[in-house]
Amino acid sequence: MQTVIDVQNLSFSFGSGALVQPVLKEITISIQQGEIVLITGPSGSGKTTFLTIIGGLRQAFAGSVVILGQQFIQSSEQVRVKVRQQIGFIFQQHNLLKSLTALQNVSMTLEMNNQLSEQQRQEQAIAMLTAVGLGDRIHYKPDQLSGGQRQRVSIARALVGQPKIVLADEPTASLDKQSGYEAVSILKKLAKESQTTILLVTHDYRISDVADRILELEDGMIKNI
Amino acid sequence: MSTINWIYFPMRLAWRQLIFDRTKLMVAICGVLFACVLVFMQLGFRDALYASATSAPVNLDGDLFLMHKQSEAMWRPIEFKRSELMRALGNPAVADVYPLYLGLAPFKNIETKVKRTLMVYGFDPDSTSFRIEAINNKREALKLKDTVLFDEYSRPEFGPIGKLIATNQNMTEIKDYKVAIIGLFRMGVSFAADGNVVTSDLNFMRIFPKRKLDNIDVGIIKLTPGSSQASVKSELEKLLDESINILTYQELLQFEKNYWANMAPIGFIFGFGTIMGWVVGLVIVYQILFTDITNHRNEFATLKAMGYSHGYFIRVVFASALLLAIFGFIPGLMLSLGLYHLAESQIFMPMPMTATKATTVLILILSMCFIAGLIAIRKLKDADPADMF
Repeated sequence: MQTVIDVQNLSFSFGSGALVQPVLKEITISIQQGEIVLITGPSGSGKTTFLTIIGGLRQAFAGSVVILGQQFIQSSEQVRVKVRQQIGFIFQQHNLLKSLTALQNVSMTLEMNNQLSEQQRQEQAIAMLTAVGLGDRIHYKPDQLSGGQRQRVSIARALVGQPKIVLADEPTASLDKQSGYEAVSILKKLAKESQTTILLVTHDYRISDVADRILELEDGMIKNI
Repeated sequence: MSTINWIYFPMRLAWRQLIFDRTKLMVAICGVLFACVLVFMQLGFRDALYASATSAPVNLDGDLFLMHKQSEAMWRPIEFKRSELMRALGNPAVADVYPLYLGLAPFKNIETKVKRTLMVYGFDPDSTSFRIEAINNKREALKLKDTVLFDEYSRPEFGPIGKLIATNQNMTEIKDYKVAIIGLFRMGVSFAADGNVVTSDLNFMRIFPKRKLDNIDVGIIKLTPGSSQASVKSELEKLLDESINILTYQELLQFEKNYWANMAPIGFIFGFGTIMGWVVGLVIVYQILFTDITNHRNEFATLKAMGYSHGYFIRVVFASALLLAIFGFIPGLMLSLGLYHLAESQIFMPMPMTATKATTVLILILSMCFIAGLIAIRKLKDADPADMF
């Protein structure tokens, strides 16, 4: 098994001078290809900050964060943009583009890949939407879809580019139990098929059974693995 | 493929976002259209002004023209001695010289008897001082006492002269002096004069009894074929009194145009109007782009997290600006064409839609949208993907 996420002694704090607010303290963890890891913990424990650093959305300065072989500490924006293109993101809110249809939203991920033709992009996006059970809704815009359907479109958008890593921040928070569980099950099924690593921040214990590992954060430290 | 996609994908996204909210798109297009029409009308009026300002000098037939240095424009000339014009004959390259007398005078409408000021031109009927065939053909007839020719492009307030002389009602008064209108010609009105009358130098003196043949307003010089205007001009500058201004044909046109453009504030007013139209359009487009970026901030941040670069969003904003420019310009051009036509038919102003003018406005509109985009893209920095979680 290949290590895709390797974090050593990561510390991070907001603010500067007397107002420094440490958020993450000496975090060390490595995650293998194909693993599904749940990150839980109370509000303010640093879960989301941890996820944004792993995703290259926030620059950290202390410790070592190696994602897909790239060091993120003191890295340039270009390096992180390159790596981000191999990461699928799923947000708490679906964050779909409201002026685009489901198909166009999913295609946005593929438009960064210049090797594909327009037809290949369409085919892959339709296949992925079918896989999440929305084959009959590809031309619907977000406001014509239900909350669960929107989240499934956003899962399709995250997975269609065949990412090595998927980062999800409370993907079930705005969904009822049934559609939340459905969405995560689809995510798990598709990820296992393609050996994708998933890092999932959640408060939702109803979905803890999908995880291979559960990482519990408290006050910026790993409490329990 | 990838270079096309470099601009095609952001443009397609800009297009999809624009058409998603039709109401806002219509408002944005109306904003650009408004700026477009405003600029077109200002430029149209300005060019009409310049065209009418030169409607008289463009019809003068000569190689060099003499005016008093204090003459600001032909319509308000300062007289100078005819002997100065005669001295020009001392240059071997000068073939002929002719005086031209100018004066503003009230002309009585034959039907309503209302008097209105027009410009009277007195020329030597033995010369071809004008490039107008209708005048040159009537030179012999103008030698008769108290005969004039009337410009049929004069404003309609002077009366339907064409119809009247066809029915032999051709007697009227200029400056309370009885004259007969013996024909028509076409020259065009200017901001200085609502109409024009051409007559012989001797008839001019009869209409203006205080004027003397020895004091002229403009001197027309014709050169022998093959001689250089520039060298004769510089020779004459040494020969003639320093109070005399010597102009070539092109310089005379420029001189008259510059008077309205610079000396009279009218050129400035229309230039200012053009700039204001441009600025108003800039503000409208900026507002539209700015709110668009604000509304799509989360979407842009999401795309940024997915790995889209900052440059992609800059291209999206400029593509939106370009699309607005094009979709505002096309109806703006149509509407302006209609308004130009209306101006030509209703207020007798020459307002042609030239390719140059259309291109100028297109460039102005494009630059307007480009600069609006340039100011708006600063707002893109607010789209921070780290805030999305």
